[in-house]
Amino acid sequence: MKNTTDEPDVAALLAVLSAGPEAMDGLHRRLEEAATREGILDVAYTTVDTPVGSLLLAATEKGLVRVAFASEGHDQVLGVLASKLSPRILRAPRRLDEAAREIDQYFARSRTNFDLRLDLSLSSGFRLLVQRHLPDIAYGRTESYAQVARFVGSPQAVRAVGSACAANPLPVVVPCHRVLRSDGSLGGYVGGLATKAALLTMEAAT
Amino acid sequence: MKQPFEEVVGEHAQTVLRVCRVVLGVHDADDAWSETFLAALHAYPELAADANVEAWLVTIAHRKAIDIVRSQKRHALSMDELPERATSIGDPAPFDQELWDAVKELPSKQRQAVAYHYVAGLPYLDVAEILGGTTEAARRAASDGIKALRTTYLNTNSKGAH
Repeated sequence: MKNTTDEPDVAALLAVLSAGPEAMDGLHRRLEEAATREGILDVAYTTVDTPVGSLLLAATEKGLVRVAFASEGHDQVLGVLASKLSPRILRAPRRLDEAAREIDQYFARSRTNFDLRLDLSLSSGFRLLVQRHLPDIAYGRTESYAQVARFVGSPQAVRAVGSACAANPLPVVVPCHRVLRSDGSLGGYVGGLATKAALLTMEAAT
Repeated sequence: MKQPFEEVVGEHAQTVLRVCRVVLGVHDADDAWSETFLAALHAYPELAADANVEAWLVTIAHRKAIDIVRSQKRHALSMDELPERATSIGDPAPFDQELWDAVKELPSKQRQAVAYHYVAGLPYLDVAEILGGTTEAARRAASDGIKALRTTYLNTNSKGAH
């Protein structure tokens, strides 16, 4: 709070007006509910703890729109969503309940494919084409960048497949980690190669 | 580029609640806070990028508080029968009935001027714009209000008193 007054008694008086964290949380929940009811919560988000670190989950009314690793900078990702989608963004975990549950199950090895509504509006063109193909790569299986290029009908576009995977707005849920180099080496990954290796190891062991 | 609205809430939630509490009292402040942030979320995409967000929020809160007082006057008869609802009254922050009594005794102009200047930290120019008078009148209302709070509340509670 800006203090326009040097008068300490006034400052002390104003401090009494503050509300505790529980009251503020209650007001926040009320805002989430009202915004949802009125259809003006354009992007809701939450974070979930997983074996590969904290994941940011963000959803529009259409579905899950973004999954982000901590290494991407959650605040930065939210800033990008504000400019690309809408600044009407609130931490509102309820819309992400189902996504959070399925991700928990995935890391608990009790789920091998996601059954979630997705909003793919952050992707377009060739990248969207590639990202739509990725869920067809089954749990525990992998494909090479070249194979994916052939699948989407552009066998020459191996590098473009690599950038489409790198630009995947929904890592983990849309399994870009299942795409490797033709020689079996990892290639790249938005969450870091250690994370990609961890996901593949987990799936192979299940 | 506009920051996510969640950041606006994080930065200003507490100040706006304090403003609402001074203007309306603790009981109705929660309603005013909720309606203020809901209206702000609604209008946020159209807000100018260089706008003073706090002054904008306080202006909305001012209008919402007026709406709440008006609708209470309209429904004055049924007020006693309103159902119980969750408020932040029960939170563990220090709650001081004497302070609220002192604030309640102020004329509404003074209460608003104290809230917008001393609580929200807005300059008198902005306060005058919200209240619709001169800067000098806003300054006088805030200073009279604070003076009255000092005499009726602070003096009776200062350590050296009695």
